[in-house]
Amino acid sequence: MGDVLVFAEHQRGKFPKTTLVAIHASKEAAAKIGGGCCAALLGAGIDALAHELAEYGLKVYAVDDPALEHYVADAYAAALGQLAKEKGASLVLATATAVGKDLMPRVAVRLGAGMASDVIAIEGPNTYKRPMWAGNAVATVQLEGDIQVVTVRGTAFDAAKKDGKGSIEKATVNIDASARKMQFVEFAETKSDRPVLTEASIVVSGGRGLKSAENFTKVLEPLVDVLGAAMGATRAAVDAGYVPNDLQVGQTGKVVAPELYIAVGISGAIQHLAGMKDSKVIVAINKDEEAPIFQVADYGLVADLFKAVPELTEEIRKLKQA
Amino acid sequence: MKILVTVKRVPDPNSTIKVKPDGSGIVTEGLKYVINPFDEIAIEEGLRIKERLAGTEVVLASIGEKAAQEQLRTGLAMGADRAVLILADGALDSLAVARILQKVVENEKPDLVLMGKQAIDDDSNQAGQMLAELLGWPQATFASKVELDSGQNRVTVVREVDGGLETVRMPLPAIITADLRLNEPRYASLPGIMKARKKELKEIPLAELGVDANPKLKLLRVDPPPKRQAGRKVSSVQELVHLLHTEAKVI
Ligand SMILES: Cc1cc2nc3c(=O)[nH]c(=O)nc-3n(C[C@H](O)[C@H](O)[C@H](O)COP(=O)(O)OP(=O)(O)OC[C@H]3O[C@@H](n4cnc5c(N)ncnc54)[C@H](O)[C@@H]3O)c2cc1C
Ligand SMILES: Nc1ncnc2c1ncn2[C@@H]1O[C@H](COP(=O)(O)O)[C@@H](O)[C@H]1O
Repeated sequence: MGDVLVFAEHQRGKFPKTTLVAIHASKEAAAKIGGGCCAALLGAGIDALAHELAEYGLKVYAVDDPALEHYVADAYAAALGQLAKEKGASLVLATATAVGKDLMPRVAVRLGAGMASDVIAIEGPNTYKRPMWAGNAVATVQLEGDIQVVTVRGTAFDAAKKDGKGSIEKATVNIDASARKMQFVEFAETKSDRPVLTEASIVVSGGRGLKSAENFTKVLEPLVDVLGAAMGATRAAVDAGYVPNDLQVGQTGKVVAPELYIAVGISGAIQHLAGMKDSKVIVAINKDEEAPIFQVADYGLVADLFKAVPELTEEIRKLKQA
Repeated sequence: MKILVTVKRVPDPNSTIKVKPDGSGIVTEGLKYVINPFDEIAIEEGLRIKERLAGTEVVLASIGEKAAQEQLRTGLAMGADRAVLILADGALDSLAVARILQKVVENEKPDLVLMGKQAIDDDSNQAGQMLAELLGWPQATFASKVELDSGQNRVTVVREVDGGLETVRMPLPAIITADLRLNEPRYASLPGIMKARKKELKEIPLAELGVDANPKLKLLRVDPPPKRQAGRKVSSVQELVHLLHTEAKVI
């Protein structure tokens, strides 16, 4: 049995929580199927990151290469695929972030491996659980072959803690010309002082019921901020241009599972529920008492949001000051 | 320019999906089928390029049962030029789909392949990336804007990624997978539907392609998701705050 190799995604010099989730899931997989757990760190100028990563008790393979300065799928797949082969990994794992989704299928092809996406449970060697049909079904799937590739859902596993002294091994890869076609041009960051949607313990999401971008700012944001929450939205709200794209929660957006999820002016379509129904406590505010969101809500308030949300903001402010 | 667009037949996203009691799959009786919504967006993007660049051909490709003809005809009615249906009955994973599409690409030699970012039935989000790697092509997944260079040998794509929008540039031939905000697909017009009847829809049995389409991912069983209990209705904002504070203890 080979090792589990976890892809340690980093963003702007940091490991997001989703990477810690991948580490945790990799350790769990290694415990279940045997073998050790090691990490692949790719990038340019990554010494500090390598040291930080080793503190999770992992053997870190650090590939420091100018061609890996910016993430691009083709070069990264070549590097990760080569590393996995050389180190004899039997499972290569990442979290299903935008990068994980983009990269891992290419790695699977490089390794001639089958791949399971968005895994929510590791059942044993080769066997995984994953949602399908917008979360309407949970599938048990099996991957064939000696080497496998998996992405895990960021909300389905805990985040790893720094719990050991690992080691660092510098590794080099040979990125062939055919894997150097993609060119990173720029990244336009959605600027925000709020917590990251996939890391926040409270998420307040708005839907079409808010009716305009201005209302998101005037009505919803004060509630978001008094709670120190992250803001989310439905596809309908994003499509209408009320909020940026990366706030979409759902089957084809982000999956979140905070301690508290407040859904405001959201009907509760299955595609939206797929991204939030594992939240610990769900609150729904909707003027239509028949709205399907109430079927998953722990606390439902049938009310006009334009009246209820400012009131709620004020009550919470009072509570926090008390 | 030649553009290949992939089209998967999937259950209508508005239909209710139920798991069969024996766990072997979902209940398919009475389900309505549509073009995978992301593939519809990919078709639209192909058509917009065709409208801008004279001499562009848009070819559709689907893999599946004969019934997928219906979705291909819809795509032809939207304005695509012709279609290929690879007839396959058995279960396929995204890797098998990508291997089959690799053959289609080798036969058709497109400059650009437009796909959906994910099929809304299996929710895998893999086939486009796998096809790109099989072909040794660059890829731009989760596209929200596509711009061809004037020389038509490079493409610049804006992608929906975590925390913002990323722009990548790559030479053709390339793979692009569509995200929701790339465009709003048109409806097929009546004249379009009439014309589509006469357009070429070629069927090729999978066996004729000589590809290994054995899936490495096998579905063992499906279960309904754990059901969440509906909680209670509260009558006022004050009651809600009180309960969140004292009962749920989340604020
Ligand atoms: C392929 C595909 C993928 C999709 N992916 C996603 C996804 O990832 N995420 C997602 O969210 N959706 C997704 N959708 C869309 C989904 O099907 C729904 O259309 C969408 O979630 C609806 O958003 P909404 O609840 O904001 O709008 P609506 O369904 O229009 O609901 C608005 C709600 O606001 C309430 N309301 C209106 N005014 C007020 C008021 N003054 N006070 C209180 N309540 C009020 C109404 O009663 C209503 O319930 C997808 C759809 C498809 C086809
Ligand atoms: N059977 C199929 N026929 C044609 N295209 C497919 C098929 N399966 C997947 N695809 C394409 O690959 C994309 C991603 O699919 P998936 O990896 O299954 O999520 C889809 O949006 C389609 O464009």
